[in-house]
Amino acid sequence: MGAIVAFIAVIILVLIVLAGTGAANLHFLLGVIIPYLTFVTFTIGVAYRVVKWGRSPVPFRIPTTAGQQKSLSWIKDSKLDNPSTTTGVIGRMGLEVLLFRSLFRNTSSKLYNGSIFAHKWEKWLWMGSLAFHWSFLIVLIRHFRLFMAPVPSLLHLIEAFDGFLQIGSPGIFVSGIILLGAVSYLLFRRFYIPQVRYISLTSDYFPLFLIIGIALSGILMRYFIKVDVVSAKELIMGLLTFKPIIPKGIGVIFYIHLFLVCALFAYFPFSKLMHMAGVFLSPTRNLANNSRMKRHVNPWNYPVKVHTYEEYEEDFRGKMKTAKIPVEKE
Amino acid sequence: MHDAGKIIPGLIIFAAIVTFPFYYNMGKAVERPEPKLDTPAIQELKEKQCVESKEFMRANHMQLLNQWRDAVVRDGNNVYIGSNGKKYTMSLQNTCMKCHSNKKNFCDSCHKYVAVRPYCWDCHIAPKESKL
Ligand code: HEC
Ligand code: HEC
Ligand code: HEC
Ligand code: HEM
Repeated sequence: MGAIVAFIAVIILVLIVLAGTGAANLHFLLGVIIPYLTFVTFTIGVAYRVVKWGRSPVPFRIPTTAGQQKSLSWIKDSKLDNPSTTTGVIGRMGLEVLLFRSLFRNTSSKLYNGSIFAHKWEKWLWMGSLAFHWSFLIVLIRHFRLFMAPVPSLLHLIEAFDGFLQIGSPGIFVSGIILLGAVSYLLFRRFYIPQVRYISLTSDYFPLFLIIGIALSGILMRYFIKVDVVSAKELIMGLLTFKPIIPKGIGVIFYIHLFLVCALFAYFPFSKLMHMAGVFLSPTRNLANNSRMKRHVNPWNYPVKVHTYEEYEEDFRGKMKTAKIPVEKE
Repeated sequence: MHDAGKIIPGLIIFAAIVTFPFYYNMGKAVERPEPKLDTPAIQELKEKQCVESKEFMRANHMQLLNQWRDAVVRDGNNVYIGSNGKKYTMSLQNTCMKCHSNKKNFCDSCHKYVAVRPYCWDCHIAPKESKL
């Protein structure tokens, strides 16, 4: 059900562009106004969400992450999985962000022979998401040849590696193909594994369909339904230098691609995609486990009025003495 | 806000990354390239026409070249009949570059703008240009 709603939503987005570039002639809206609005929504939205998260206090260090915590000198501690220093935390965060280390520990549980319960390595999700995120990043970085003038030679280096197959003309970029393959796998996984299908919502399917739409329209545009890339770059550079223009004769497929990208980024701050910023604020990833070395005071503690034993004795010393209760101070 | 000392620098880095394309291009007026058609071969043409329409060539010339290459190298067929009915010999050096002998002001002017570097010239010989 969720999948159907999400799929229809993406189809509607494409139809909006077809109608907008066709009869309605809304090229300026689709090519200039919506991209600008998207940029503002994305930037402010992400910052707002992060600040909002920053306002909720995190009282305690979480020592129960995988790995032995630092305690006695003769117990070997796990410096990356349960770090007690900032350097260790940076290492753990780096591994998490760049290599999805906690996903690497993913296991699946199953009953074997009807009665033996066992956990098994499950690396497909890790591999699929690693392939997806890295290829997405590389595709995005390669796009900067359309967003920059002049283009730095680092981008040419990336293109040279990415296009090493030298198939056809324009040459195939491996990362674009891997992106489409990996995101399709991630979608397929949600359909195929019953437990995962059960917990999947429209908000899980929608970004997947959207990214499939983006990758598909991009690949169609580069290899099949060609557009005039010089005009496309003219439009983009117009946006970036605040002199917007709509060159004539860029194919509809470009506007579809652009609109789906805008939809993705405008949706970003309101969605689970915020895990991009959220990973940096995860208490199990960003807090050093130094509870044994440092005292952490609960940040929402209010001053409690206490009555210490010394004060109590002070108040009742006479009576205590009469009742022959031992006192500390005579 | 808690941990402002870490969150605010993080947000500043985020803002710097997303606004990068804006300030990188600030003040640089990079004009859309105007490929020059002032070669002797094109001047001699009665109708100034490419092998296909200009709009088609702009978007599809790389695919056309690929078709030509496959047709010549794989099928040994080197006659191309354009949609205007004219016949052309399918050759990068002897057809395209005969008319567009100003590679630097033609092919390269666009390619520099969109930052593509066709590797064709690793093997194929670019026309000699007196200028530059
Ligand atoms: C007979 C000479 C001739 C040949 C051969 C020729 N061209 Fe052209 N080409 C022209 C002319 C003339 C124009 C300008 C057409 C116009 O303005 O309508 C042109 C335009 C173009 C354009 C569009 C330029 C722009 O201003 O946007 C491209 C790209 C192009 N040619 C590439 C090629 C390629 C690649 C080949 C080989 C497959 C080729 N041409 C073969 C004469 C030729
Ligand atoms: C109107 C501008 C323009 C002109 C003129 C032009 N090109 Fe291109 N060419 C492009 C663009 C834009 C691309 C990149 C398209 C893309 O990224 O999908 C390209 C890509 C190519 C590619 C494929 C590169 C790759 O990605 O592997 C080849 C080959 C090529 N051009 C050959 C030529 C030749 C040869 C000429 C001169 C006869 C020429 N082009 C003239 C705009 C132009
Ligand atoms: C590794 C060297 C090499 C590279 C790189 C190369 N070619 Fe070729 N090309 C050849 C050879 C060899 C032939 C065959 C020449 C012949 O049979 O006369 C050929 C033939 C062709 C032909 C048909 C014959 C002719 O005279 O042009 C075309 C068109 C062609 N190549 C286009 C391209 C394009 C476009 C690129 C860049 C995307 C490219 N080639 C890159 C080596 C290369
Ligand atoms: C979410 C970010 C984006 C993703 C994942 C994405 C994905 C893709 C993919 C997979 C391709 C196929 C070619 C390749 O592998 O590079 C492509 C091509 C293209 N994209 Fe994007 N895209 C994104 C953002 C954008 C934006 C913001 C623009 C322009 C404003 C844009 C314009 C283009 C153009 C013009 C092409 C054709 C390039 C060519 O023919 O060489 N894309 N895109």
